[in-house]
Amino acid sequence: MSTNRSNQRIGLVLFTLYLLLYGGFVLLMAFDAEQLQVTGPGQVNMAVWSGFSLIVVALVLSLVYGWVCRSDGHAEAAGSTQAHDDAVSQGDGA
Amino acid sequence: MIYEASPIAVGCFFVFVGLTLGLSFFLGRKAKSSAGYFAAHGQIPWFVNGVAFAGDYLSAASFLGICGMIAFYGYDGFLYSIGYLAGWIVALFVVAEPMKRLGKFTFADALDARFGSRGIKLVAGISTLAVSIFYLIPQMVGAGVLVQPLLGFPHWVGVMLVGATVILIVVLAGMVSTTWVQFLKGSLLVVFSTILTVLILVRGFAAEEGGADGHAFRTLGPLTNTEPVRQAEALEKELASTWGLQGATITPAEGAWVDQPFVRIASGTDKVTTVWHLDKGEAGVFLRETQTLKKTADGQVLVNGMPKGTKKGEPELHPVGHVSRLPDGKDKTGSLGPLEFFSTLEESEVVLWGNKKLVHEDGSTTTVYFQKPTAGSRILQPGMHPRFQGIHSDKTLDKIDLLSLMLALFCGTASLPHILIRYYTVKDEASARKSTIVGIATIGFFYVLTLYLGLGAMTSGTLDVTNSNMSAPLLAFSIGEWLFAAISAIAFTTVLGTVSGLILASSGAVTHDLMANAMGREMTDAQQVRVAKIASVVVGLVAIVLGVLFQELNVSYLVGWAFSVAASANLPSLVMCLFWSRTTRQGVIAAVVVGMTSSLAWILLSADTFSKVYGLDADQALVPFSQPGIVTIPLGFLTLVAVSLATQGTGPAPVAESPAEA
Repeated sequence: MSTNRSNQRIGLVLFTLYLLLYGGFVLLMAFDAEQLQVTGPGQVNMAVWSGFSLIVVALVLSLVYGWVCRSDGHAEAAGSTQAHDDAVSQGDGA
Repeated sequence: MIYEASPIAVGCFFVFVGLTLGLSFFLGRKAKSSAGYFAAHGQIPWFVNGVAFAGDYLSAASFLGICGMIAFYGYDGFLYSIGYLAGWIVALFVVAEPMKRLGKFTFADALDARFGSRGIKLVAGISTLAVSIFYLIPQMVGAGVLVQPLLGFPHWVGVMLVGATVILIVVLAGMVSTTWVQFLKGSLLVVFSTILTVLILVRGFAAEEGGADGHAFRTLGPLTNTEPVRQAEALEKELASTWGLQGATITPAEGAWVDQPFVRIASGTDKVTTVWHLDKGEAGVFLRETQTLKKTADGQVLVNGMPKGTKKGEPELHPVGHVSRLPDGKDKTGSLGPLEFFSTLEESEVVLWGNKKLVHEDGSTTTVYFQKPTAGSRILQPGMHPRFQGIHSDKTLDKIDLLSLMLALFCGTASLPHILIRYYTVKDEASARKSTIVGIATIGFFYVLTLYLGLGAMTSGTLDVTNSNMSAPLLAFSIGEWLFAAISAIAFTTVLGTVSGLILASSGAVTHDLMANAMGREMTDAQQVRVAKIASVVVGLVAIVLGVLFQELNVSYLVGWAFSVAASANLPSLVMCLFWSRTTRQGVIAAVVVGMTSSLAWILLSADTFSKVYGLDADQALVPFSQPGIVTIPLGFLTLVAVSLATQGTGPAPVAESPAEA
């Protein structure tokens, strides 16, 4: 039960973090869309960058969560490498 | 467009379906008990389950709908990608582990774990059925859309084909084979989308005057004799002398053509009438060539004024999608890097296509498809699709509508029954968590690719103006026939996989929640499986009928309904059961009922439904904006809290968290 509780707390912290990012993006889009036209790194605009970032950050947070909660898991080794490979290919895609 | 069935595509298609079915029979032969049928004995390895999540989730709406929307409207479609993925954060951080801990087969199990109430089982079972059937309609419609060009069958044959195949898979095999089908399809989809993306980047952009069939779309102007444009002899002379329209005669606007930005001009030796879009911009007044599709009252179809052909080379709508101008006046970019792809597009101009349907007095209709030259910088910004008009509008209601949609996407994923049941196919909470992470990685990677695929399709020259759902397969067609065959077959298995997951979720709800628990029918294990199979066949048949009935509706529009209803009905009670100890049985029942009915009622009374489903005037709608989420999700929470507070101490004392026994 104690692992459940601590997992739940970590989960809620990460959830709140993501909610702020996603909410921030949506509000920015709704009320100040001009900010998204600004050109960012690589001459690519902020609309594209923020979209890609939200996807990559979701994956990073989920990996952080998986890493922190690993204590109560079983048979970890095979899985974490696999997830990591996906993370790398994700980075390339962005 | 005229589609011809290609032998490679047909062969590839049948190999795929054959393999899928064969695999289902092989893997499902051991699943005889109800635990095996509904939850694959909880023995699916978490990595496989994670990719199967992707398989379940990346439905026809994701693959066909999002790519199509990006291809026709640019960045807006990508907002769906962002929202759909964000929903997984709710699933992972809030719902995944408790779902696994509390439930056995269905979402209702988890909701009811503390109460042991028939009422909860009943309402949760009904909401599962409602959401699943809403979600089934677009999948079936998508199936028909796919089969049409691939095999040359009419739409209803495609729907029947999918329905029959899926019923076979679900009845013969259950959750084990469904999971493996999803795994297979999820992997193939991501691998082939990656290949396609690489090929798009290697191809780069080229400035063209039209689509892949070599037809150059003409633009006349800037014109000098423009006022008044219609019936103007001066303009007719100018068109003939300066712009090469021999003997141009302008047809006076009458009937449905009055006050439209279109000019009909008969020209040439045979005096064929073509329709031109009148474009008054800062650079001057232009006439741009359109394409028209006329359906007469007696069922004849005319394309650009001539009877539609049945074979290649005969009159048909031209494929579209071209870059009209590249930066620095280049003809071709050559291969591009993943970021260069966007920075180049930003500086280019692409011809997008709008459409306008005119209804004439004699019952015939004309749909005019017209060119919209659009700056690349505009395409890479949100706000072009009518659904996202809130971004550039000053009206508060439009902005609320936008926020409401993004909220429903965020909350919907973790409330979809066919996603939730996948938590019961792994052995413990750690596996549930890990498979969700694998799911997020796979789905996130795919969603990054959607932007490349959609924009690649936009500039591929092979788009069908009448059907945005076909954009992704047609993009593959612009690269090669074998790729078209592979992508179409994968898209078809995509539909198969998602539909079988949904049918399983519904049959689980009927058997386990409604029959066994809510109605209190005592059933042996074997009887449960039999009832579930009968339920699958019935739901499958209902889905086939609805798929044929709703064939005209946009796929992603219907998925939006399912997300809103799922989020409003299921999420409040799911979250409150987990985090608020004073939640009561009555509170849960009330929240599910209120959430479900209010969101459904809102959708049925909205402007979107008025104009697209009933064919009524959108202004007559009874609710102020179309997306219900921002009202009905909080309403679900409020109802739960209010009813729970009012009924404290009336129900049986909540049982401590323990796995539910069915």
